[in-house]
Amino acid sequence: ETLEPNSWEEITSYNNFYEFGTGKDDPAAYAHLLKTVPWSIKIDGMVERPGDYDFQDILSEMTIEERIYRFRCVEAWSMVIPWNGFELADLLAMAGVQEGAKYVAFETLYRPEEMPGTRYPVLEWPYREGLRLDEAMHPLTLMATGIYGKPLPNQNGAPLRLVVPWKYGFKSIKSIVRITLTDREPPASWNMAIPNEYGFYSNVNPEVNHPRWSQASERRIGGGLFAKRQPTLMFNGYEKEVAGLYQGMDLAKYF
Amino acid sequence: MERVNASLRRIPVWLIYMTGALPPPVWLWMGATGLLGVDPAKAIEHRLGELALQALILGLAVTPMRRLLGVNLIKFRRAIGVLAFYYVSCHLLIWLVLDVQIPAQIWADILKRPYITIGMAGFALLLPLALTSNNWSVRRLGPAWRQLHRLVYAAVLLGAVHFLMLVKGFQIEPLVYLGLVVILLALRLPVARRRLAL
Repeated sequence: ETLEPNSWEEITSYNNFYEFGTGKDDPAAYAHLLKTVPWSIKIDGMVERPGDYDFQDILSEMTIEERIYRFRCVEAWSMVIPWNGFELADLLAMAGVQEGAKYVAFETLYRPEEMPGTRYPVLEWPYREGLRLDEAMHPLTLMATGIYGKPLPNQNGAPLRLVVPWKYGFKSIKSIVRITLTDREPPASWNMAIPNEYGFYSNVNPEVNHPRWSQASERRIGGGLFAKRQPTLMFNGYEKEVAGLYQGMDLAKYF
Repeated sequence: MERVNASLRRIPVWLIYMTGALPPPVWLWMGATGLLGVDPAKAIEHRLGELALQALILGLAVTPMRRLLGVNLIKFRRAIGVLAFYYVSCHLLIWLVLDVQIPAQIWADILKRPYITIGMAGFALLLPLALTSNNWSVRRLGPAWRQLHRLVYAAVLLGAVHFLMLVKGFQIEPLVYLGLVVILLALRLPVARRRLAL
């Protein structure tokens, strides 16, 4: 099945990026305050070559490709986004993963003077997320640097963000400044704030409802005022590719 | 204050009904023509919910404003209340028809999701008030009418709690609304009325 991507306008005007405010239009309104040049990413923890990696240096080492992925927000809306980026596995190979590392932790930039939303304690800043190492190494797991062949707009997580298409959107952490390899499950912001609503895994699953709303269906953005809800797919439609990662796990327990 | 009240007196109540009736159809039109962004159903739903809460709070403020500030809005209180009910009804309709859409899921949401349950309870409490917002009912019910209409206190509180429960993370806005409601309700307590000579 071919996916029809959402428009540039839709993808860049309707965002959750609470560092710029909790409204859907706040990121588009305020993210221009963010300075993304220069940008470096600290890669540390259980890696062979820890250090501060300049974003441009990383880009020159990576092959950028287009990936058209479904994007499913935990709030039960969805889009289809034509990302440009490289596999996270390639970046991790660049730093060299040490034996014994089991998880990857990510951190978003925290710079209050450029991020008006961080003046409020909506979440504990900086925003943090994490993946199990095998999830991080999966070929679908992308580090996005662009949309529609253009550099990532600030409101979408410039200059570099994670995209894990089979998980709820909040796992796909934006504007990354730090990546840490570790042997224990790293803290994740929404999980820390409300653990019964947002699990560490947060795989898209129509059978496991959010305590406050159903996850069985979603509103596809772009259909207009009278758009019909559509059913949510297991692992957001990537079941064939990723179900093996969770074999034998109770997905209602490890939600 | 006399001047303010004199100007207020010149505003006909029908004008309040006419202008107050506009937001839902205007927003529906804006949503249908793409003026409310890429997720128009949610935008209209949220705007209507917030407007309903604002109207309910304004309704609660009428008496304290008269007693504490001398501003007399009593002439418009019924219109404010009826409009608040109209906004709540539109908010509910948008949620049913454009947001959730699926009847089985609507029923499950009402029973299983506390913030929906609370919102629905608030709507249910407003229903008899809207039905008795006419002179005939006031005459017919006598002193019971006043007692019945105290249900609005609970309804507003439920509305504010409904808002607080549906946001993600720690957010200021719903807390401001809840704070206003709590203050306006506290002013009704006998102890506050004695202290402030209300």
